[in-house]
Amino acid sequence: MAIIEVEDLSKTFKVPVREQGLRASVRSLVHRETKEVTAVDAVSFTIDAGEVVGFLGPNGAGKTTTLKMLSGLLHPTGGRCRVLGLEPKGRPAELLRQITLVMGNRNQLQWDLPALDSFELNRAIYRLPRTEFVALRDELIALLDIGDLVTQPIRNLSLGERMKMEIAGALLHRPQVLFLDEPTIGLDITMQRRIRTFVADYNARYGASVILTSHYMADVQALCKRVIVIHHGRLVFDGDLTALSERFTTQRTITARLANGEEITIRALRADTASATTRLLADHDVVDLTIEDPPIDDVIEQVFADAHDTP
Amino acid sequence: MIPLYAAHMRQAVLTQFQYRAANYFYMIGMIAEPVVYLVVWSTIARAQGGSVDGLTPGDFAAYYIVWTLVRNMNIVLTPFAWEERIKDGMLAGQLMKPVHPIHEDLAGFMGWKIVVLLLWIPIAAVLVVLFRPTLNPTLLQGVVFSFAIWGAYLIRAIMQWSLGLITFWTTRVAAVFEAYYLSEMLLSGRVFPLVLMPKWFQTLTWYFPFRWSFSFPIVALTGPIKNRDLFIGLGMQVAWTLVSIGILYLVWPRAVRRFSSVGG
Repeated sequence: MAIIEVEDLSKTFKVPVREQGLRASVRSLVHRETKEVTAVDAVSFTIDAGEVVGFLGPNGAGKTTTLKMLSGLLHPTGGRCRVLGLEPKGRPAELLRQITLVMGNRNQLQWDLPALDSFELNRAIYRLPRTEFVALRDELIALLDIGDLVTQPIRNLSLGERMKMEIAGALLHRPQVLFLDEPTIGLDITMQRRIRTFVADYNARYGASVILTSHYMADVQALCKRVIVIHHGRLVFDGDLTALSERFTTQRTITARLANGEEITIRALRADTASATTRLLADHDVVDLTIEDPPIDDVIEQVFADAHDTP
Repeated sequence: MIPLYAAHMRQAVLTQFQYRAANYFYMIGMIAEPVVYLVVWSTIARAQGGSVDGLTPGDFAAYYIVWTLVRNMNIVLTPFAWEERIKDGMLAGQLMKPVHPIHEDLAGFMGWKIVVLLLWIPIAAVLVVLFRPTLNPTLLQGVVFSFAIWGAYLIRAIMQWSLGLITFWTTRVAAVFEAYYLSEMLLSGRVFPLVLMPKWFQTLTWYFPFRWSFSFPIVALTGPIKNRDLFIGLGMQVAWTLVSIGILYLVWPRAVRRFSSVGG
């Protein structure tokens, strides 16, 4: 059953334009020039109950704008969308009680107080029965392993610890739909992994649908079977993650640091990685070697380029 | 709604107790303004043979000591806060909650008042010893005052909350806010007791919310005021609260629509 239905969803912004200089400045007092920028352009997709979908695209692709339209923060200029059978535009309370939006770089908890106090406030906001609230709160605390941290003021926590608190606070009303916008941004590898594991656990336990945007391919690979790629506001890929990786991550980057301090970087086809590495080791005095998939943005660029080439 | 307000107030009390020293210094700084007015008016009164238009130094002392409480009670969210709130994403977070964001501010500042009241008592005690106010309120005046300070808070809080919404249309709002504050300064009874002003000026103040959110609660306690005027004052507070809610009711949906079309 489709939990999220998006049909030809579009969003354009009017942006003021002004050339530099005094003359342009004076002219703008009389006549203000604007141009229309299309952030999301006729995007369509559906997401079923319990699905975890990676929403990918380079910066400015329209990911956050789409999430904001799905959560009711922005009104679409075209098309339609429904979340849990409700129109997000107008932010009906019935919908807000069932969804959550976590933005990796935004802090919603009380800075000066321990997270437990902010959790208590959320209980009042969402009118949660105490026993139900305490049970879920303690479960989230255990899942995120934050028992020692919830009594410390938020300001005393590290970025990763704060993110875990944000996530716990955002899930206390047991939302059925999670919009996670870069939840692991700026976090170290261990913390990223913990948050990934938690999102997977939450999805498995409660059957919640998740839309995740992230620039870290590891997040997407760990959590999402399906990915939607948008670029310049247009949907350019919607399908299985394995298909995306196999189709577009055909090359790998091999970087070798040599004993004389030089660094060699070569790109090899995925199938040729072993032979290329063997040759490199045989031909040079290698002290360090790394083999990497191309960054997610490169993959997305490749998807976009192919979308242009396809008639 | 009561559990929600109680939760926000509790949070505000906990937060403000963390900053009790800063709050104290803030309040001490705040009494500088009324003390200057008090000294000036008392000096004028003595120079004129003991009173100005019937107000003695003791009356001025009562007026400006109660002033300090009313001023602290009607500290509300500044309209200037909206720009930052939109920029740092706090508003987006508030809009994701199934309750109107004004409740967070109304309840939060109400909680702060509890802390302020506790800190104000010793400051007021020092001012009483230093300036010896003439203050003999009746029971009715005391009761009306206890309602009037909250009425004043509500009018000012909702009015300034609504005023801040101009930020959704333009970022150059400082001039509008400054004009509002200047009008409030002159028409509220903050600089001078309104009873000292000409009749036409006093009549003019009836048509603005400022008198009812500042001068009225002070005069309700210090007097001189007729019982009838106490009830008229409370009635005016109710009327201005309804007007503020009406303005908010009109502007807020448009402001959110604006936010939803241009983003934050």
